[in-house]
Amino acid sequence: MSSAISVSSLYKTYSTGFEALKNINLDIRHGEIFALLGPNGAGKTTLISAICGIVSPTSGTILADGHDIIKEYRAARSKIGLVPQELTTDAFETVWNTVSFSRGLFGKPANPAHIEKILKELSLWDKKDSKLMTLSGGMKRRVMIAKALSHEPEILFLDEPTAGVDVELRRDMWGVVRALRESGVTIILTTHYIEEAQQMADRIGVISHGEIILVEEKDELMRSLGKKQLRLQLQGKRESVPEALEKYGLELSPDGCELIYTYDTQKDRTGITALLQDLSKAEVRFNDIQTKESSLEEIFVNLVRERK
Amino acid sequence: MNIYAIKAIYLFEMHRTWRTIMQSVISPVVSTSLYFVVFGSAIGGRIPEISGVSYGAFIVPGLIMLSLLTQSISNASFGIYFPKFVGTIYELLSAPVSYVEIVIAYVGAAATKSIILGVIILATASLFVPLRIEHPFVMLLFLVLTAVTFSMFGFIIGIWADGFEKLQLVPLMIITPLTFLGGSFYSVDMLPPFWQTVTLFNPVVYLISGFRWSFFGLSDVHIGTSLAMTAVFLIACMLILRWIFRTGYRLKS
Repeated sequence: MSSAISVSSLYKTYSTGFEALKNINLDIRHGEIFALLGPNGAGKTTLISAICGIVSPTSGTILADGHDIIKEYRAARSKIGLVPQELTTDAFETVWNTVSFSRGLFGKPANPAHIEKILKELSLWDKKDSKLMTLSGGMKRRVMIAKALSHEPEILFLDEPTAGVDVELRRDMWGVVRALRESGVTIILTTHYIEEAQQMADRIGVISHGEIILVEEKDELMRSLGKKQLRLQLQGKRESVPEALEKYGLELSPDGCELIYTYDTQKDRTGITALLQDLSKAEVRFNDIQTKESSLEEIFVNLVRERK
Repeated sequence: MNIYAIKAIYLFEMHRTWRTIMQSVISPVVSTSLYFVVFGSAIGGRIPEISGVSYGAFIVPGLIMLSLLTQSISNASFGIYFPKFVGTIYELLSAPVSYVEIVIAYVGAAATKSIILGVIILATASLFVPLRIEHPFVMLLFLVLTAVTFSMFGFIIGIWADGFEKLQLVPLMIITPLTFLGGSFYSVDMLPPFWQTVTLFNPVVYLISGFRWSFFGLSDVHIGTSLAMTAVFLIACMLILRWIFRTGYRLKS
């Protein structure tokens, strides 16, 4: 079976000479949620724009469900829905009209039942006759999603779907995306919120300075790069780490109330047993123990730092 | 052919017209009526007939052309400029539509509006001056051909413009002078010989002359020449549009 999206040797150099994408090779599987993660200006939006036909690639090929996006643009594009980052809407149009317009534009005959279903799923039904300019930012974002879904795409691109969206709405949005995946839609989302990728994605691609530096299963990524921390809350403050425990590379928290031990979960021996024994020998007393996995954020920061 | 897309864009554009009915239809009708009052009745009464046609009637084809040109250009240029300006163009660029379909829809909508407007102005004019139309089919042909051609021209301007200023500039600085100097209000042979020659480089002369011929059977240049010149301009616009969409000029980076 062909990939949902297949990008090979893609380069994009803007007329200013800026190399936005350098040799991108990427395959997105059918039915997965793929998170493209990277800092601002890394090339996330350019990559999406190239796949969707908004930016002309300098070289390389892109296939959408096996169709070349330039030679067979009709077949390729009708499979794709795009929710751009910017909230661009026709202020004077109603929700119903703008979503129906999108369906027509993508070459599908009118289907009020389908539009009704989408609007209800996105909690937009009672706003269907409202003009877009009267809607809140979060509602506009939903309208953009409704437009992208109006022609029943198999592949959905969400460019920063939760940028500038409050926490509650963000959780709603994640729910919407998960429901879409359930219905069989392949989803590619870009984000610079690591939490989002961690929550949603099956696989994660990291892009930095126009290059894909890594593509991996999320769990795999977490496991292979994941370090854990053991935090010991001390009874009383300390000035320094006890000498007898130096070999463990412990850190003392800035307020002197915690000892922090970092260990690799992949190793056969994490050293925890030995540490705890040595702690009691050194008569270090503690109130509480906590362990914490490093977040994708930390993994990501390390990755980007390693490349420099 | 993505018929649904053509229909969607066309209806969207027409819907925009009804929303802005005042500025789209009523204001050109009002300003044209003012021309009739001033030039047709007030001043026109003191001007002798031109080749047997009263001055008030003589200026009707020119006035219709003036509105047709400016409205075609402003409708079409605004229609494509606005999505570029607010960013909704992303959807057009990512949709499975060919450039021919995009042009048909936008230009078709803009031309429809200006043809409707032309007919309204013609009806308004007939209230002020007695009119006769000798060649109604040629008249319609010119009406449609001019509306389509200049809507295309407007579409090109809309793509080219990167600010509202430029959007206004071409109609104001080029089209209005060309129309005024293209024989809207006079017959070209009233001019001194030197200016008669200069005038022949003005494409609008051919439109107005041909259009006037369809009304009264009089023209400054041969009707065949008029049609040929309009066709040349139409083809030139088509070629420019083809180039724009091939290269993505001002649409895609």
